Amino acid sequence: MDCKIDMQKITKSFSMGKRKRIEVLHGINLSVKSGEFISIVGQSGSGKTTLMNIIGGLDCPTSGRYLLEGVDIGNLNGNQLSDIRNRKIGFVFQTFNLIPRSSALRNVELPMLYAGLGDAERKERARELLFMFGLGNRVNHLPNELSGGQKQRVAIARSIANDPAIILADEPTGALDTKTGRMVMDIFHKLHEKQNKTIVLITHNERLADETERILTIEDGYFIDEKIT
Amino acid sequence: MIRIGSDIIIHLKESIIIAFEGIASNKMRALLTMLGIIIGIGSVIAIVTVGRALSDSVSSSMSKLGATNILVALQNKNTVDTGVNFLSGSLVKSDLISDEMVAEYTIRFQDSIEAVSLSNISGAGQVREGRNYANITFMGTNVGYEIANNIRILSGRFVRDNDLKTRQYVAVVSDKLVNNLFPDSPDCLGKEIKVDLSGDVQTFTIIGVYKYEPPMTATGVSASERELRTYMYVPITTLNFITSADEGYLAITVNTKSNIDIAAFSKRTQDFFNSYYEKNPKFEVSAISMDSMLTIVNDVMGTLSIAVAIIAGISLIVGGIGIMNIMLVSVTERTREIGMRKALGARNLSVQIQFIVEAVIVSSTGGLVGVLLGAALGYVGSTLLGYPKFPELGIVFISFLFSMVIGVFFGFYPANKAATLEPVEALRYE
Repeated sequence: MDCKIDMQKITKSFSMGKRKRIEVLHGINLSVKSGEFISIVGQSGSGKTTLMNIIGGLDCPTSGRYLLEGVDIGNLNGNQLSDIRNRKIGFVFQTFNLIPRSSALRNVELPMLYAGLGDAERKERARELLFMFGLGNRVNHLPNELSGGQKQRVAIARSIANDPAIILADEPTGALDTKTGRMVMDIFHKLHEKQNKTIVLITHNERLADETERILTIEDGYFIDEKIT
Repeated sequence: MIRIGSDIIIHLKESIIIAFEGIASNKMRALLTMLGIIIGIGSVIAIVTVGRALSDSVSSSMSKLGATNILVALQNKNTVDTGVNFLSGSLVKSDLISDEMVAEYTIRFQDSIEAVSLSNISGAGQVREGRNYANITFMGTNVGYEIANNIRILSGRFVRDNDLKTRQYVAVVSDKLVNNLFPDSPDCLGKEIKVDLSGDVQTFTIIGVYKYEPPMTATGVSASERELRTYMYVPITTLNFITSADEGYLAITVNTKSNIDIAAFSKRTQDFFNSYYEKNPKFEVSAISMDSMLTIVNDVMGTLSIAVAIIAGISLIVGGIGIMNIMLVSVTERTREIGMRKALGARNLSVQIQFIVEAVIVSSTGGLVGVLLGAALGYVGSTLLGYPKFPELGIVFISFLFSMVIGVFFGFYPANKAATLEPVEALRYE
């Protein structure tokens, strides 16, 4: 099976003040195969968010090599990274990050807009996705008119709008109650099984992590444990 | 490049929708932001419109006065030429423009002069005929007056040289006077009328009737037909004899031939008359053509327009800074949104376009409101001046365009700031 994510000796350091640099990731090796559902577990401050930013192409590694579907991310400029995020990655955040003044439909349309899709095409696909997630009667609602679970479903619909290879979910159930959290996890399982999506779940909830195929534990910028369930 | 082009088009439409969503969600803030632009554009439109009405009103008065006339008038020495002068200091007969000067002038420049108009007003009077009466202003004139002032003779004739030489008691009266005095028998040529000039009654023979023209400085409050006061023209020599006035003039009007350079001729006229006043300690002569008065008025209007443009420009810059300020606030408020858009694949250019479009929409909406407000104010103002006007399409177009340019200019920096935000930093922003 081909590798969706192939990371070799990834380090990331931030400069703090003039001379001090803090290294957050110390040579991470990670490879995720197509169609895998993995989780990355770690306490806050462990470097898991930094790792997620690099996986998602939001940030560049300080050293090391990162191939995303065979493309070397390290050599890309800002606009090329934008295009990579747009086509290959679907983000789901703990805080949903919907555009507050735009309707559910227009939120789902956004990635397709940035991909350059036409108006009619965008609307049709966005509507389809919202129906798929049971939000057919919430199409023109603004985010603040939706419940937490509905918001996260809009966000998931948005994340797969451009049919990306990888879904990156950062604590997707963190702001939800157990029941709606469960529902969101079921959606991920469905996307994994039915659409064969590669999913990377970042969480500190070990029960959720146990549902995935492989659990990687990160601590102080190192992978300290790998468990195949 | 192709990608960039299509980006702009797609995102323009989208950005316009987003911008209107933003404005709608914060109407009060948007209105306050627009205020500077509204005031700036509005005042330009209003004042330019009123200015056009003013210019029209002045030009039409001027053209009624006659475009080929030069007004030669006494003025105090060392006065700034403003076109309108009030004489100060006591005036003696030797200071006045004399018949000799006029005669010399007429001969010297006979190729350029059509007529020289001499006149002398001697106050109000009344003509009585049985129970009827008519109010008049008694005016002594020469032959040239008819031409210089465009007097339209309806019947009979105007004052002639012979009447002046022999101090004839003849009068040219208005059609209104005829209506008031002889309502039943309009044919009044040759009739004798008695003129009461503050107690001194003189008898004149009517030799002509002219068409009365309402004065151009009409104030809107006109006397009734019955009380209307019109000019009664008599030979100036006769008038001077009756009133024992000094022979001489404070002002004369020269009617030039239409094919000469009137500005240059005004100068030569002025120089000619001033040669008589070289030794006069107090007075000199100024010669102003209607044309040059129009130039003075237009100069004043031009200066006024520049002043207005500067004030409006300042107001627009302040308005623009206001927009920039609000846009910077907006960028900060929406840092997370910008981060999310970038995470979803927005390129720097898309974000930049979005914020510039937003600034342009705020500023051009302000511009539009300003145009409407200015047009309304301008219409009201110009109507009050008697020349109702709407602003010219050109100035409306330029103002609107200018308000858009302000949006682009002052929106550029905030938009650039938004576009260059690092997605990671932006998403982390609380």
